[in-house]
Amino acid sequence: MTSHDPGGIGAGAEHDEPYRDTETNFDTGPRETDMPGGGLDEPVSVDVADVHPELADPDVVAEMVAPTRAVQADVGEPILRMQDVTLTFGGLTALDSVTFDIRRGEILGLIGPNGAGKTTCFNAMTGVYRPTSGNVLFDGAALGNRKRHQITQLGIARTFQNIRLFSEMTALENVVVGTDARHRTSVPGALLRSRRHRHEEREGMDRAMALLEFVGVGARATDKARNLSYGEQRRLEIARALATEPKLLCLDEPAAGFNPAEKESLMELIRHIRDDGYTVLLIEHDMRLVRGVTDRIVVLEFGRVIADGTPEQVTTNPAVIAAYLGVPDDATA
Amino acid sequence: MSETRTTPPTGTPASSKVADRPHGGLGDTLRLWWDALARPTQWLVGSPFIVFIALLPVLNLPVLTTVGTNFGAVMAQFGMYALIAIGLNVVVGQAGLLDLGYVGFYAVGAYTVAILTSPSSPWNQTGDGGWLSRDWAWLAALPIAVAITAMSGLILGSPTLRLRGDYLAIVTLGFGEIVRLLADNLDEVTGGGRGLSQVAYPRIGISEENTNGVFSAGASSGTLNSGVWWYWLSIVLILITLVAVGNLERSRVGRSWVAIREDEDAAEIMGVPTFRFKLWAFVIGASIGGVSGALYAGQVQFVNPTNFNVINSVLFLCAVVLGGQGNKLGVILGAFLIVYLPNFFLGRTELLGIPINGTEIAEFRYLFFGIALMVLMVFRPQGLIPVRQKLLAYGREIYLAARRTARKDAA
Amino acid sequence: MTGELIHALTVADPLVGFDTAALVDNFWALTVDGLTYGSVYALVAVGYTLVYGVLRLINFAHSEVFMLGMFGQYAVLMMLGFAPSGNAYNLGVTMTVVYLAIALVGGMAVSGGVAVGLERVAYRPLRKRGAQPLAFLITAIGASFVLQEFVHFILPRLTGDRLGGVNAQQPIRLVVPETQFTLFTANITNVTIIIILSALILALATDMFINRTKFGRGIRAVAQDPVTATLMGVSRERIIVLTFLIGGLLAGAAALLYTLRVPNGIIYSGGFILGIKAFCAAVLGGIGNLRGALLGGLLLGVMENYGQVLFGTEWRDVVAFVLLIAVLMVRPTGILGESLARSRA
Repeated sequence: MTSHDPGGIGAGAEHDEPYRDTETNFDTGPRETDMPGGGLDEPVSVDVADVHPELADPDVVAEMVAPTRAVQADVGEPILRMQDVTLTFGGLTALDSVTFDIRRGEILGLIGPNGAGKTTCFNAMTGVYRPTSGNVLFDGAALGNRKRHQITQLGIARTFQNIRLFSEMTALENVVVGTDARHRTSVPGALLRSRRHRHEEREGMDRAMALLEFVGVGARATDKARNLSYGEQRRLEIARALATEPKLLCLDEPAAGFNPAEKESLMELIRHIRDDGYTVLLIEHDMRLVRGVTDRIVVLEFGRVIADGTPEQVTTNPAVIAAYLGVPDDATA
Repeated sequence: MSETRTTPPTGTPASSKVADRPHGGLGDTLRLWWDALARPTQWLVGSPFIVFIALLPVLNLPVLTTVGTNFGAVMAQFGMYALIAIGLNVVVGQAGLLDLGYVGFYAVGAYTVAILTSPSSPWNQTGDGGWLSRDWAWLAALPIAVAITAMSGLILGSPTLRLRGDYLAIVTLGFGEIVRLLADNLDEVTGGGRGLSQVAYPRIGISEENTNGVFSAGASSGTLNSGVWWYWLSIVLILITLVAVGNLERSRVGRSWVAIREDEDAAEIMGVPTFRFKLWAFVIGASIGGVSGALYAGQVQFVNPTNFNVINSVLFLCAVVLGGQGNKLGVILGAFLIVYLPNFFLGRTELLGIPINGTEIAEFRYLFFGIALMVLMVFRPQGLIPVRQKLLAYGREIYLAARRTARKDAA
Repeated sequence: MTGELIHALTVADPLVGFDTAALVDNFWALTVDGLTYGSVYALVAVGYTLVYGVLRLINFAHSEVFMLGMFGQYAVLMMLGFAPSGNAYNLGVTMTVVYLAIALVGGMAVSGGVAVGLERVAYRPLRKRGAQPLAFLITAIGASFVLQEFVHFILPRLTGDRLGGVNAQQPIRLVVPETQFTLFTANITNVTIIIILSALILALATDMFINRTKFGRGIRAVAQDPVTATLMGVSRERIIVLTFLIGGLLAGAAALLYTLRVPNGIIYSGGFILGIKAFCAAVLGGIGNLRGALLGGLLLGVMENYGQVLFGTEWRDVVAFVLLIAVLMVRPTGILGESLARSRA
């Protein structure tokens, strides 16, 4: 039995891939007091292997986490295209003819100095804002006037820069809400406990549990989201987003507030998500993290794309160095 | 979060390590024990308790009984308020939509039954040429009342649920007031201020003594008066409602409601069709209010606008908040306290040997409710029985495993 | 107003009348009378809007602040030796104005005091505990109950049945409505002049206070961004007290003006509907927005008057709510939009 730091991410220093470490019994050691509420609620751990023995096998977990993997075959084709997207608020131009693609099966980094329009761009992609002009094409179809939940159902999922979990729900319930994006039971089905309802409930819960294992917070399944540590909450957000079975997963500064060891382990997780068949968009201003994990990087400045290429190309691009790095890149880490 | 968690009340470390804390204390011990039981066992243990609650007015325990009014009638009123509290809890407690006009739905339910079955209504269907038989008119009008209240929920909800929370509060308040004003002013249909009398009720158990059956307002004497029968009828309806609402809670629907309550934007981005489920919450809440209104019309056999003042909406909300929003058992307790306490004091001249003017205390009930609400919000804002929602139809085993691990760790 | 409703004649047939001729004939009179009601709504609405702007709280008990203001000015007049009777006092212009001013101060003092006390007793403990928004609302409802029942049951005992109780107070009439001149086709009475003029002065003064003074700037700063405002040295607690005080003072003034127009409205439950309407007015104009509240109040008063002639007196309150819902459908944040901070724009 390996001692596992239930703080979650910090374990990355000891384990290369803590989320794969499913044979570990997650017992609860002394907890850091970084929990909201100053550790008011004592942590409780679930011995997952005890309840779902099959989840002890990482392959099973990976399989359950990515049921749509089969359709993700044509790697390299653009999955999301930003075409001349312009967005203005009043007189302010937040995005100015932004054009770039996200290709299937890659990890794309979107970087830029503060206020460059990263989050605005992200919001345009996920339907929070509608472009003033230009198009966002997802899977060949324009997002147009779709509602936000419809965009999720199309296959775009996101996490939030400032964590927005359903804090009174347990971790497991949070993820099940994500799986509900693919469910169709409504009031009549739930009232009568229809066959579909029961099937969806079972399936959703099993998948949610596997997802929690996958991101490394399986042991905290029954704890309220607000009682999880900061790092666990970030991972829980990723699990919840993955639960919607996205074709494209957008992470908005997922490593904000992490120490280097935690960042390292998060990068491992992101790579692992990609390997599982997802396409990932990563918004980050930590250059080292972006360079280490992404396949391609798009750089924004003042709402314009100033560079688009491999990490090597981008980091040697003079415009980028001038605009963003300014100083040698290790200063931004 | 009022109790301390650092000192486990029972002393054993195990009890401080169990799953859903933080509270500890008797309530949580009970809750944990209950959660650990299998479903059939829960029914087995629960049934005698329900039967005991149902028999309260018959047992007429001296400690509990009301002196000033008929205990059975009080319990019947409690039944109606409990239904209302359960319905309003769906809207306020689960979906987090602040509805200050819930009395409007109660009124729509009551007036639907009254308009269909009262001889003083122009649309009375119980007389010659009507399509409702006199004996079964109430029961037949019940589903119609539910359908019409559901519809009114839909009509009110579809334009207003796009508004943000605080706006919703004032708009629903306006709706409640509009319904009352309609009842007051559409004289031709609603009888205006005079109201509608001789509303139908189930004619069952007709005997020499009760020529109109046990549900008739005339059957007011004895322990087994009409109030008790209405109370029993409402218990049946409450149980059905509880099962239905419980099924919804442990489903995609209930989870969506709680997600909307917690963070509406995040919920929508996670794929929850927020507007649709808010509307459902409204419609379901409205229908349950309609059931309660139909019960009221049948029991009192009379409706008029003064019974549907906005102040009632506020009382209903108090029942929900007092008991513990989101918690079905809690809101029933809240409803009980709201109905029972004033009636308990009514007519009482002494309590525990201390002479009191109970009638005056009962008269001051809004004063005491007001103080109680203010004190409660400071010291126990989550209500008397705080919520511990269960939002998954399956997965008990995970929660039980968590508790097992916790025990093991503690040992 | 509720009294008027109950006594209102019922329309025989059809169910809802639609009397356009009456509206056209009395258009100016209705407009002017609507503005008097609207002035009262506007002044009360400011209290809702300021507190909402600063605390994001619907101060449900503000209607009771208004109601106690009515009792406050009434009590002051009683202390000055005026006896309730149906007949009017004839004091001459100067003395009437003096007594009205004293009554105004009395009403404002009581309302202001109650508003600040309410903040102190009811809301501050919740803020200290970081309670949920719903907890504030429930507390406000609780406080509303307590204040109403205080006037209903306790006040008559304290004053030997001279104040409070179940029935409305006998009016003390200092001013009898008399037509002073005619504007278009409307007869303008002295009461109308007093109400509209006073309301105008108070509204302008409040607007200047909020937009021109240091305290006003503090209020707007807290409304816009409490954290930054605190960092910039604004005492949030002091601003909150100030906000409640201004709202209370205006409600007290509105209370006096209202009793001039509706002399027998002084009753423990008399604030409720008026409070709801004033809140509607605040929402109508855009809650949190000072000028929105003033505009919303006037608009509501006028539209209500048109509506009651068009459809019948008994639909007066319905008109108010339907107007509110209709406006919110088109402009979900009210006519002028939210935000106290932007009210100067």
